[in-house]
Amino acid sequence: MESSQLLGITTLTYLLATLLYVALLVFKAPQLGKFATVFTFIAWLVQTVGIGLRWVESYQLGIGHAPLTNMYESVVFFAWTIAIVYLIIEWKVKTKVIGAFAMPFAFLAMAYASFSTDISKTISPLVPALQSNWLIAHVVTCFVGYAAFAIAAGLGVMYLLKKDDGEKTSFLATRFPEKRVLDDITHKTMVFGFIWLSAGIITGAVWANSAWGTYWSWDPKETWSLITWFFYALTLHARYTRGWAGKPIALLSIFGFISVLFTYYGVNFLLSGLHSYGSG
Amino acid sequence: MNVLNQIWDFFASVKLAIFTLCTLAVTSIIGTVVPQGEPAAYYVQNYGIKLARFIDVLDFSKMYYSWWFLGLLGLLSANLIICSIERLPRVWRLITADNGDVAAENLKKMTLSRTWTTTADQPPLSGDQCRKLLEEAGWKPAARKDRQGNLLFFSQKGRWSRLGVYFVHLSILVIFLGAIVGHFTGFKGSIMIPELNLAEKIFSSKNQSTIDLGFAIRCNSFAIDFYKNGMPKEYQSSLTVIEDGKEVFTKTIEVNSPLQYRGITFYQSSYQGYKDFIFTITDESDGDAKTFSVPFQKQFTWQDKQVRFGVVNAEALGQRVTRSKIWFKYGDSPAVSKWLDDNTTEVFDVGTGRFAVSVKQMYATGLQVAKDPGVWIVYLGCLLMLLGLYMAFFMSHKKIWLHFSEKNHSSELILAGSVNKNRFSFTSQFEKIEEHIDKNVTT
Ligand code: HEM
Repeated sequence: MESSQLLGITTLTYLLATLLYVALLVFKAPQLGKFATVFTFIAWLVQTVGIGLRWVESYQLGIGHAPLTNMYESVVFFAWTIAIVYLIIEWKVKTKVIGAFAMPFAFLAMAYASFSTDISKTISPLVPALQSNWLIAHVVTCFVGYAAFAIAAGLGVMYLLKKDDGEKTSFLATRFPEKRVLDDITHKTMVFGFIWLSAGIITGAVWANSAWGTYWSWDPKETWSLITWFFYALTLHARYTRGWAGKPIALLSIFGFISVLFTYYGVNFLLSGLHSYGSG
Repeated sequence: MNVLNQIWDFFASVKLAIFTLCTLAVTSIIGTVVPQGEPAAYYVQNYGIKLARFIDVLDFSKMYYSWWFLGLLGLLSANLIICSIERLPRVWRLITADNGDVAAENLKKMTLSRTWTTTADQPPLSGDQCRKLLEEAGWKPAARKDRQGNLLFFSQKGRWSRLGVYFVHLSILVIFLGAIVGHFTGFKGSIMIPELNLAEKIFSSKNQSTIDLGFAIRCNSFAIDFYKNGMPKEYQSSLTVIEDGKEVFTKTIEVNSPLQYRGITFYQSSYQGYKDFIFTITDESDGDAKTFSVPFQKQFTWQDKQVRFGVVNAEALGQRVTRSKIWFKYGDSPAVSKWLDDNTTEVFDVGTGRFAVSVKQMYATGLQVAKDPGVWIVYLGCLLMLLGLYMAFFMSHKKIWLHFSEKNHSSELILAGSVNKNRFSFTSQFEKIEEHIDKNVTT
């Protein structure tokens, strides 16, 4: 078995899980929910093994390094963190329909990684600057944050689709959790993401300092991560101290994720800078 | 006074915080779109005269250091400081106050509250049992008498977590402080040191002025290691610190593994290949060895040994020499020439002499040099931020009371709890204690 085969299986299983979650929402059949969770978990396990195997393969090629170093590997890891963060949320709040709005992100990430022609899937050696343990700390912390923000955006979409009691609401949205609950989980998920993003920015700064002697150089990617961070900080304040809740927070969770996507992806292709993922 | 109050309130308000964060987020975008730090002519060429003037006036070419951007950061700091001065005393009182002193009727009004009444023929719980109930649930209750002389157990957890938010806010100020300290007491610069040479000064990256190190740094050698596919794997420089003419120590640095001396750090950052060569020649008869730097196609002489040598030809991949053809002559014996791979040693037998010759292309190592005494303050701020975020979001100030009173042959037990956030998880803890009491009390 090669890692690429396992990751291929992962992509399909995430698709299956996504479809099951959507079916659960449409047909309201609780048994489907169990399958959806089980398939998500299996896909996640397969992916874990796949990522581990890719790590091993890199050593077999004599260029061993953690599989977190180019665009392809980071997108795969993004999907992995979305799946696990989602599973934890599902376990905590015991509501499965959220899967229909979270797992598509994991599937789309894997599909993009597998089928896009922009990004190379080969295991390539690391340039000297990337050979640092801070790389692992930095990528892991950032992506846990990004995954949380992705799910928060999914929850924000659910919130916006759900109408108030009495208003005419689509039959699907009636199966969402109550608005109050959605609002609460969206907020908590953003808070969780914010902590990890903070840690991600900090580990990045420590790494930059150990490689170049400058912990902050206003490179476009750094700056965009800070913009995203400012954005979520202001969202937390608007909610906590000015009582914003509901629709504005749902919208902010979506805008925040757009900023995350730009930080992660847009910067590489539209702006130039230190970060190497764009070249992969 | 009224005006002063208004100004104070303005700086203490969260509205201002939201405005500042929003403005910082939006304006920061500019510097990611407009290239930073280019010379004025660049902007004229790319944006036209009118826009270039606009860029110049608003300092968009180095916007993160511009008066208005620093002003926004200053505004954020003032906001943080004044907001904290405004709120901290109240929070401090919440933390240090005697939180247990609550009357029975107020305990009953709390959102989390439950009362049991036992009749005369039911034995009530003893004080010890009450204490044990709470202890079993993980609390450390302290017993006291309330104003009516009834027994009251109180326990609280995580009251310091109320400071979490203030740690986060303080951490931002600490990070700014670290950046300011670094700016005024440190420097950033760079230097190219050719192999075998030493440098006592570096060039400031701010204005290209020279900065005296106060000691010298010598580049003994520079090497690049390549992957099979030709990508660079590692850059390495062997550096020696020399102070007052004495060698202090030698270290091989790599990217991500710098050398530090007297608060100044040397980072491997670039290199430059020369058309010169470094020869190391060892006379095998007596072990004498010497290193020379020799220009391409120039003859060189080791006087003591009557040795003459040079590089007559070389093959290169881009800037990198892969092998070179050595010309070598000893005394009156006929000259020998051979191709040598870069950085390898070969023995030359010439007449009666026997010499080990190694040759490599000469490089200069490019070092980034930084002194930043503020970096530890910045790191401290970062730790404080993570700690503060953890306290703010994962910890809460929980309080629990168990009130016990007897009147008219019946006894009453009140369990009450309160928490400042994360109500959900506290509620389930509370319900566990409730169940526990249910089991022990018959009403
Ligand atoms: C980048 C800057 C800032 C960061 C990262 C930050 C972070 C935080 C965090 C994490 C919280 C906790 C929110 C919650 O519990 O949901 C918070 C609360 C708060 N922040 Fe900030 N903050 C920043 C700037 C400011 C500024 C400039 C002000 C000035 C007024 C401010 C005022 C407050 C207030 C009043 C609270 C609520 C405190 C309470 O629990 O009573 N923050 N902040």
